[in-house]
Amino acid sequence: MIDIWEGLQAAFWLVVTFDAELWAISLRSLQVSLSAVVVASLIAIPFGTFLAVQRFRYRRLAISIMNALMGLPPVVVGLMLYILLSRSGPFGVLGLLFTPTAMIIAQVIIITPLIASIAHQAMRELWAEYHDLLISLHTTKWQRIRTLIWDGRRNLLTASLAGFGRAIGEVGAIMIVGGNIDNATRVLTTAIALETGKGDFALALGLGFVLIGLALAVNIAIHWLSRTEREGRW
Amino acid sequence: MRHLISLVLTGFLAMPLAADEIRLAVTTSFENSGLADVLLPAIKADTGIEVQLLVVGTGQALRLGEAGDVDAILVHSKAAEEAFVSDGYGTHRRKIMFNDFVLIGPADDPSAIADADSAVDAMRRIAEQGGPFVSRGDDSGTHKAELQLWAAAGLPVDGFGPSYLSVGAGMGAALNTASGINAYILADRASWLNFGNKGDLALLFAGDPALFNQYAYLPVNPEKHPSVRNDLALQLEDWLTGETAAELINGYEINGEALFVFNAQP
Repeated sequence: MIDIWEGLQAAFWLVVTFDAELWAISLRSLQVSLSAVVVASLIAIPFGTFLAVQRFRYRRLAISIMNALMGLPPVVVGLMLYILLSRSGPFGVLGLLFTPTAMIIAQVIIITPLIASIAHQAMRELWAEYHDLLISLHTTKWQRIRTLIWDGRRNLLTASLAGFGRAIGEVGAIMIVGGNIDNATRVLTTAIALETGKGDFALALGLGFVLIGLALAVNIAIHWLSRTEREGRW
Repeated sequence: MRHLISLVLTGFLAMPLAADEIRLAVTTSFENSGLADVLLPAIKADTGIEVQLLVVGTGQALRLGEAGDVDAILVHSKAAEEAFVSDGYGTHRRKIMFNDFVLIGPADDPSAIADADSAVDAMRRIAEQGGPFVSRGDDSGTHKAELQLWAAAGLPVDGFGPSYLSVGAGMGAALNTASGINAYILADRASWLNFGNKGDLALLFAGDPALFNQYAYLPVNPEKHPSVRNDLALQLEDWLTGETAAELINGYEINGEALFVFNAQP
């Protein structure tokens, strides 16, 4: 229990003293995870909506696979990506291994199924509501998808934020493809793993509290920017 | 949304690989000792080389070297290193320094290993008393050294049963486990001295030459992987075997105890 109190103290001092290293790794965490969320959302939201609107033969199978992929073990994703990006692997020439780009790719793979799944669920319900209207207006498929995405944007925001939550707290994959290199690919979660390994629980917990605070700040900021939960806007 | 997109763009663009960066795979025990924090700034100041450390177990370090994902490795497992060179993955093996392993255990020492005549004798005593023993179990240099000690004691590891815990983790994580259940463990001295969660554990046995732990530097063979920076690897080797390195390594202390002995041959 004393450790938790010390962790809170460590977090407090790290934040109030504007610790330069903490800033660097926090910003890198944000940079990697936000990039991953945007890329994954650009893939997952149209895909999830498409699955809701379009009926095709293997639709059920596609949905099942997508839902199953939500449980992808990050370590396995990291290892597969390592093998692909390694100098002796097929994409070795790109020199991406142990760079933030590799970490972004890993997180995109991990969170795309999650965002697509939640998006699909939300869009399916909205589509049930809009179906007759949009069909009777003779809209094209693309117009229907766009309408659903726009009118369901609040739910889609939740889907993206769920993806962000998984990305910013992820450590298994980025440890392997990022390498936890100081000043290059160290982020909050890998720094926490490192400090835990050194037995410095107070600092590890302090970084953990900073991570939680950061996730909270991003969620609040995005809700504020998109003006949800305001009177007359919902 | 626009802000997010611009953030993504900077995310992709802001990752240049500067000219003089070298990737060096090192073992967790080296990094946990804190010596890297002393050496890296000096290397940067003297040679201009920015060393990017990949802190992994010896097994993974060798794999990274075989794949050409790092430019050089600094590890401590002689047999595996020699195989690495003879298989053509490394150009040569250069001794840099050594430190030693220590046997850690509960402070009341139920197996009385503090009175042992040798490291092998201490291992026998632990096995006879049956008191829990935490093994790294991750194919690291420390793990291999531990297995050699068991073999020298004539004790098969798989015959120990549940009191032998193979945790498959780094030095720090394994020490955390040992601290949690008050078990015996083989650790390198540097990691032990720097470890912050000692609990009831204490250093019980050390000093047997069988516990010496040689670190060696192996540049990755540029003939296998043309993309590795062999020029920087050789420059770094010169520095690591030079006088500045000797002073810094021999002078590095934790709580007044010297940790490493520089023994590179010029």
